[in-house]
Amino acid sequence: MTIDHGAVLPPRPPGAGAFARLAATLVQPILGRVVRRVAARHASLFARLGPHQGTDFVIDPVEFPFALHLRPDPKALLFRAVPRDALPVAGATIRGRFLMLLELLDSEEDGDAAFFSRDLEITGDTEAVVRLRNALDDVDGSIAEEAAAMFGPPGRAILGHLRRKYSDDAMPGGER
Amino acid sequence: MSLAELICPAGTPAALRTAVDAGADAVYCGFQDATNARNFPGLNFTPEELEAAVAYAHARGTKVLLALNTYPPAGKVDLWRHAADTGARFGVDAFIVADMGVADYIARTHPGVRLHLSVQAAASSPEAIRYYVENFGVKRVVLPRILTIPEIRKIRQDIPCEIETFIFGNHGLMVEGRCSLTNYLTGQSTNMDGVCSPASDVEYIRDEATGEMSSCLNGFTIDRFGPEEKAGYPTICKGRYTAPHRPEGYYAFEEPVSLNLSRLLPELIDAGVHAFKIEGRQRSKAYVRSVVSSFRRAVDDIRAGRTANIEDLVALTEGQKQTQGAFETKKWR
Repeated sequence: MTIDHGAVLPPRPPGAGAFARLAATLVQPILGRVVRRVAARHASLFARLGPHQGTDFVIDPVEFPFALHLRPDPKALLFRAVPRDALPVAGATIRGRFLMLLELLDSEEDGDAAFFSRDLEITGDTEAVVRLRNALDDVDGSIAEEAAAMFGPPGRAILGHLRRKYSDDAMPGGER
Repeated sequence: MSLAELICPAGTPAALRTAVDAGADAVYCGFQDATNARNFPGLNFTPEELEAAVAYAHARGTKVLLALNTYPPAGKVDLWRHAADTGARFGVDAFIVADMGVADYIARTHPGVRLHLSVQAAASSPEAIRYYVENFGVKRVVLPRILTIPEIRKIRQDIPCEIETFIFGNHGLMVEGRCSLTNYLTGQSTNMDGVCSPASDVEYIRDEATGEMSSCLNGFTIDRFGPEEKAGYPTICKGRYTAPHRPEGYYAFEEPVSLNLSRLLPELIDAGVHAFKIEGRQRSKAYVRSVVSSFRRAVDDIRAGRTANIEDLVALTEGQKQTQGAFETKKWR
């Protein structure tokens, strides 16, 4: 069911400096393993990406101290955390709250509805974003759960913690 | 009482399985090419995927309708014929067609497969509908969204085929199958290429200082949304424009709003509508799951003589606004 995450995204956190770089460095090994596993288990999604396998996507969870850089090239997969002052030139940028992006990843949320409500911002190559959305939407099951399961009970616990931490109810002042 | 079949969208194999599992009586889908009116990047089915999808649906008692609802350019009919042959070989239950040439080919080549007349044919009078029935054996017409329920009831009495109406989703009226607005700006045709506002021509520009967002199509700004304003699809027909008499900007053709006929279902059934169509092959599994299951429960309640408890689906609507459009009154816009 679509969730109303509120109409206005908060301003970006700085996402720069020592803390951002440290946070990005810490999560990097996890991201690399996750993207390789997802690619191996769901190879068919690359066909739906078509010519945008080489596009540089910047995925920007607004509450995080860093953004994510994805280049879904099956021959040279790239998925890394990047401080906002070191982002690459993006072919397309997808911006929103972390939980909503997670729900879009798992098709628990409808991308068009999130766009209509202004919870989701898209800039750059719209076709690239549409292809990525359709490719992910054709994956059965939860990519997030799959990724968490790679790391056993600690992985599932961390995913559960992130869901609770970034749920609407947990936002400061009941922020939505 | 009519059967009130629920006809549900499937843009990908996973969405098809979702629709089937959520209670669709039939799903409609298309190939990854210009033969259907949702020829969007990364969407739709390969032949192999369609074959597997038909097997999945049929094993669960759900029909598969193949959308071949675009118009072949003159002399370039092979793609449509090949798609029809492929669909027939896989055992689809019906073809949804708009073009008379495509209808004629299927009627002659695959006479055992039902033909449904797409909304893209814009057949809204008994005379037009009867023409398709008599010449191509059309079994069902998908009515344009410009008719009131009393008008639908009257048409039903005057035609020898089933009626399908949209009940939820994108509300694009114009004269369906004739709109050339996208073609005018992008060179690609909604009706022949299957793309309305192709994503490759769409750009969203955000003003960081004000929070405003502009929707642009091939360099033309077609709408600008305030920082807290709900947005719609980047289609020309739903763009907001200035004019000498409306310098503040206004929706000159249509508005970003979705159709939702959940409260009119009993009247539509009583009017003799055979099938209810949910729009949205371009939407996600989340949309399909939510909308299909909601209407499944509603239709089942009505058929059982209970009052339907319709869930609030406004969060899934374009611009987060909904209308009953012309089904309620011709005074709508």
